Amino acid sequence: MTPAESAAKFRARLRNQAPAALALLPAAIVVAVVYVGSMLMTARLSFSSSHMLPTFDWAGGEQYSRLFDTERFVESTQHIALFGVLFIVASLTLGFLLAVFIDQKVRFEALFRTIFLYPFSMSFIVTGLVWQWMLHPELGIEKTVRAWGFAHFTFRWIVDENLVVYTLVIAAVWQASGLVMAILLAGLRGVDAELWKATKIDAIPTWRVYWSVILPTLGPMLTTAAVLLAVSVAKLFDLVVAMTRGGPGISSEVPAKFIMDNFFGRSNVALGSAAATMLLVTVVAVVGPWVYFEHFRRKGVRA
Amino acid sequence: MGAVSIRDVSVGFGAVNVLSGLSLDVADGEFVVLLGASGCGKSTLLNAIAGLIEVSAGQIWIGGRNVTWAEPKDRGIGMVFQSYSLYPRMTVEGNLSFGMRIAGKPADEVAKRVARAAGMLHLEPLLARRPAELSGGQRQRVAIGRALVKDADVFLFDEPLSNLDAKLRNELRVEIKKLHLELGSTMVYVTHDQVEALTLADRIAIMDRGVIQQFAGPREIYRRPANRFVADFIGSPAMNMFDGALEDGGRRFASPQGSADLSAYEFAGAARPARATMGVRPEHVAIGPAPAGHAALSGKVSIVEPMGGETVLWADCAGKPVSVKLDGETKAKPGDDMTLHFDPAEASLFDAASGARL
Amino acid sequence: MSAAAEPAGPRPRRLTLSRVGVYVFLVGASAFFLLPLWAMVLTSLKPMSEIQQGDLFQLPHTPTFAAWSRAWSHACTGLACNGISVGFANSVKILVPSVVASIALGALTGYALAFYRVRGGNLVFAILLVGAFIPYQVFIYPLVRIFAWIGIYGTLTGIVVIHSIFGLPFMTLLFRNYYSSLPRELFNAARVDGAGFLGILRHVILPMSTPIVIVAVILQVTGIWNDFILGLTFAGLANQPMTVQLNNVVATTQGTVEYDVDMAATILTAALPLAVYLVSGRWFVRGIAAGAVKG
Repeated sequence: MTPAESAAKFRARLRNQAPAALALLPAAIVVAVVYVGSMLMTARLSFSSSHMLPTFDWAGGEQYSRLFDTERFVESTQHIALFGVLFIVASLTLGFLLAVFIDQKVRFEALFRTIFLYPFSMSFIVTGLVWQWMLHPELGIEKTVRAWGFAHFTFRWIVDENLVVYTLVIAAVWQASGLVMAILLAGLRGVDAELWKATKIDAIPTWRVYWSVILPTLGPMLTTAAVLLAVSVAKLFDLVVAMTRGGPGISSEVPAKFIMDNFFGRSNVALGSAAATMLLVTVVAVVGPWVYFEHFRRKGVRA
Repeated sequence: MGAVSIRDVSVGFGAVNVLSGLSLDVADGEFVVLLGASGCGKSTLLNAIAGLIEVSAGQIWIGGRNVTWAEPKDRGIGMVFQSYSLYPRMTVEGNLSFGMRIAGKPADEVAKRVARAAGMLHLEPLLARRPAELSGGQRQRVAIGRALVKDADVFLFDEPLSNLDAKLRNELRVEIKKLHLELGSTMVYVTHDQVEALTLADRIAIMDRGVIQQFAGPREIYRRPANRFVADFIGSPAMNMFDGALEDGGRRFASPQGSADLSAYEFAGAARPARATMGVRPEHVAIGPAPAGHAALSGKVSIVEPMGGETVLWADCAGKPVSVKLDGETKAKPGDDMTLHFDPAEASLFDAASGARL
Repeated sequence: MSAAAEPAGPRPRRLTLSRVGVYVFLVGASAFFLLPLWAMVLTSLKPMSEIQQGDLFQLPHTPTFAAWSRAWSHACTGLACNGISVGFANSVKILVPSVVASIALGALTGYALAFYRVRGGNLVFAILLVGAFIPYQVFIYPLVRIFAWIGIYGTLTGIVVIHSIFGLPFMTLLFRNYYSSLPRELFNAARVDGAGFLGILRHVILPMSTPIVIVAVILQVTGIWNDFILGLTFAGLANQPMTVQLNNVVATTQGTVEYDVDMAATILTAALPLAVYLVSGRWFVRGIAAGAVKG
């Protein structure tokens, strides 16, 4: 290639690519500063002894050993594990049932769909406050059921150290199972009508078709829903703040709240950073494989 | 001035080279068709000419200018795409004038050129409509019009008729041919349809796996295919192929179905390999006793396919199905024994190993 | 045997036991989803005395909107007692520029990624995708320091920037996927016509983007309105959004707790996203599907 041609080639590439590169600059900066930079800085701070302000000294793994000696954090992880398992299983189950029942060519289908999904449009703060009120130990469901004639009915989970996590599960399932329903319903509607005809001819009972035929084909959608739910488990913060404030005592504390409290309330920047890093590692371990399979192996990122 | 010259062009996607070292010269005013199955590289070549794909090596010249690294708009080309690709939110007029408006052409000139293109393609009543309000045929006419308004020296067509039904395809094919006669511009036309290629082209470039197999006029391609690939690709039903051997230093061809005297056959070169394949077009096979110099075959009729104007008859000759294209109708019916014959001068001989024409 | 004895015509409609079961389940589930909303509305319409005596679902004797107006203009959100209307105004001030900025940036990035092969573009996209799944807690403290250093911490600009940043992954994904589904030939046709990067975007791509912009607006309006943690951390006291103020209203425990006011404030905060959801209906679901199924 002659120098003149090389120059022409360079100019052509520049003309073509420069505007697009410029357009991607803000995203590149966000990626560099926020998604990579801040993440690394958080990880770095977790190895320092920062209290109120960040310092970049080296304290080794001190914060991590402190973290796992902190009852509040250890309990937080136990709460979130219990919450996570129950919330994901319950939301998937309820969402699947809602989708299947709505798929029975029922009347008022649109109305039912609207009812099941509306909580998802509301914030966790609103959700938390609504359920805080519903579960009010004196004026909530307990009193209502007693008014129906069950004089000794008690329902005080929200103030019970051992049961408060379950109330978070109830509120979160109420908010999120409509999402699962919407995702799975889209999958059910994608099931080939021929498949239904074939199972009709073979006289397979409906429930059996759902269990053995439909459920496996919904696999990718169930996985997607499960990942979305899992991500919201890791992010669980607003709901706890609004509904229980971590109480009674520390019996509904969760890691995301522990981190925020240490950053902004307790001036324990290094300890908060260590907890945040642990959260990051957990999320990457759970979501990483899924992102890889979903976006990189199957389709590739290319347009 | 619209001669197109492709010089040693290579195009690669990642590690895969779709085209490597391809050369092709299209004369000014010529209608060249790039013909091949999907994935043969014909569309890639066209996109490279248009400047929509970057070449990894070689040069592209249009109208005596090296445009290898020029922007598509600066190459003096107009392009018509397979899926119409009309801007959905613009009217027909907006679609036609978009390029000129981008280029900042004065309004009166834009109007004049739009009117001229619309006139040539009978689009005047449609100018205010949106693409969604047009039929498939109308859309493709607008797409052609969009190329036309540019006063381009070279028109590039990327399978422009493949989305249309058979009847519309024939109509538009005639229209494109008329347009070429009227404008006298260079046209490069990509298709996988051999009928389009044979009817439209001054010359056809048949491509396979990124390589031009033959570049010649339609008659030449049909009658003297350069190799087995071309022979198999062109013609319907496909050319009858007999595997056999050359004997007597190339004076005779012998196969299980029969033998042929090659004294009237024009060999393309000096090569006389032992193993060869003889190809005969179905319309060159006749029924009845063989005249002098013709090769004779005997067979049993297996299927008769009447096609209206002509009839295709399939005969089983020593285990090989042979197709015969007959004018009009025939009384032959399955099970009949008959003699077939053809003139070896009309046949094609290929090297059994390389597939090249002998 | 006459033909009339054979079954013919449509199958007679029957209400089988299993059909009844389907409806029982759906109605029961509807109760679970609707009752909290119903209790909330009833509570907000009752005076405190009735709330203390009655139960959740007891209808108010004389419905009153007194709690609503108290919540709107007099409820205490911390030290100040100017009602939730302040938060509403703040949320609107945050919402409008954040929605516009995040969608504009997402559309531009998605367009560049879908139609151009810029070196490093795929890496940027991959990191954005992964970043969308990581909790804010991982980034939030360094960002606070960076924002304070630039001087936009605790300002309206700051909260708008932060919403644009955290909206970027999903908006980019949304627009990139949508643009990738458009025929590439259309883009090529515009290039042959001589349009450049911005010309193609403005004249060809954006006019075709209405459906995806609607989806993006719905997602961002509900998402940003419902945000709590970013508003709490980055907006500053003067710009606290409605969710943060609502939480303060309920958390403020001076004197007797006014459940009627709390519930009224909650309804007022939920009203906008709920209205968006009810009005947009299928578009809302489409947004979820676009994000969940493809993403």
